[in-house]
Amino acid sequence: MADDIRALSAQLAQDPQSLVFLRLGEALRRKGQLDAALRVAVNGLERHPHLADAHDLYARILTDKRDYERAFDEWDMAVRIAPHHTGALKGLAFLYFKVGDVAQAEAHLEQARKVEPDDPSIDQAIEMMRKGQGPPSPTPGPVVEPAATAASSTAAVSRGALDESRVFAGLEGANEGLLLIDGAGRVLGGALQDKAGADVADTVAAYLAGVSQEAARTAKLLGLGAWMGLSAEGQHGNVHLAHPTPDALLLVVRERGMPLGRLAILAQRATAMARRWLEKQ
Amino acid sequence: MSTALDLVTRVRGVRGAMLVSTEDGLVVAEQLMEGIKGPAVAALAASLAGRLRRAMDAAGTGAAVFWHLQGEQGALLVVPGSGILVVAVAEPDVNIGLVRLELLRAVEAGL
Repeated sequence: MADDIRALSAQLAQDPQSLVFLRLGEALRRKGQLDAALRVAVNGLERHPHLADAHDLYARILTDKRDYERAFDEWDMAVRIAPHHTGALKGLAFLYFKVGDVAQAEAHLEQARKVEPDDPSIDQAIEMMRKGQGPPSPTPGPVVEPAATAASSTAAVSRGALDESRVFAGLEGANEGLLLIDGAGRVLGGALQDKAGADVADTVAAYLAGVSQEAARTAKLLGLGAWMGLSAEGQHGNVHLAHPTPDALLLVVRERGMPLGRLAILAQRATAMARRWLEKQ
Repeated sequence: MSTALDLVTRVRGVRGAMLVSTEDGLVVAEQLMEGIKGPAVAALAASLAGRLRRAMDAAGTGAAVFWHLQGEQGALLVVPGSGILVVAVAEPDVNIGLVRLELLRAVEAGL
């Protein structure tokens, strides 16, 4: 397996855009190298945020790390992208069972069975659950092997753990349309590009300095209570501003085709991620 | 101008509407419920609109055609026109889509 990992790492280093990160991440996960697997998955998600398999991989690693809440979010995202993703459906069933929601667990397994009626593991999981044993973990345990080659084998993987570009890792548009700014108009994380692909994060952040305070004052003067968000419809794109903390400002930018309501939902997810990230700093 | 504001304030849940000069943030016309500090709100709305316009230009989304500030107990809804902002202050359960339409209609009608 160490050779596999080395070969997969080399392939990924040669072509960072390739989907080989899925196999590498899974191989690392099975080997129990969860931090390395996590880096591979996060890097892959940054490049392929709309890939359900990438969210599934990330969720499996998070499950191994017992971060069930985020694993749930990732499997949920995978199912939103690909409603028939059986891996994600089984994952959600496992997590629902874990919190005692047997009905939801069974519903997800039944959904998976409709997609893959010939998969015996789904029938087995339903049967086990009905016996009260719970479906088997969708993340088969690690294969124990000496970890001597770990450092070199993951050379292709970027080492920056939770750096600023990863605040929104895995979220749609994380590399181009999500920005976290402090009260002074400095970029804290995320990325923003204009239509030509130019980096406009610093410029936009500078213009938005103080918006949070101004929005708060306006809302107060009008008796609107605390401000919750600001949505704007532009000629070529829509934006949403939210404040994960009183000082920080979150900007989500999307094409005009995304309705403001959906943008607000996306912003809510990004706000939660930003808040968690800020707490960790 | 007051006809344009009438159309906006007729929508259920709208507490008031006003026209604000984008250049200096002064109130041009207003129909506000008592207790709303028109001049202060106008100044802040114009300032917010200016920041938003610059940020949206830089982000490549083009100028804002409509924006709204959502608060716990209501919302401020704005449609920028030529040199002017049409602003509405609304209750939290207002039909935002309807107010947006009336604000856009007011701007299209040239006030």
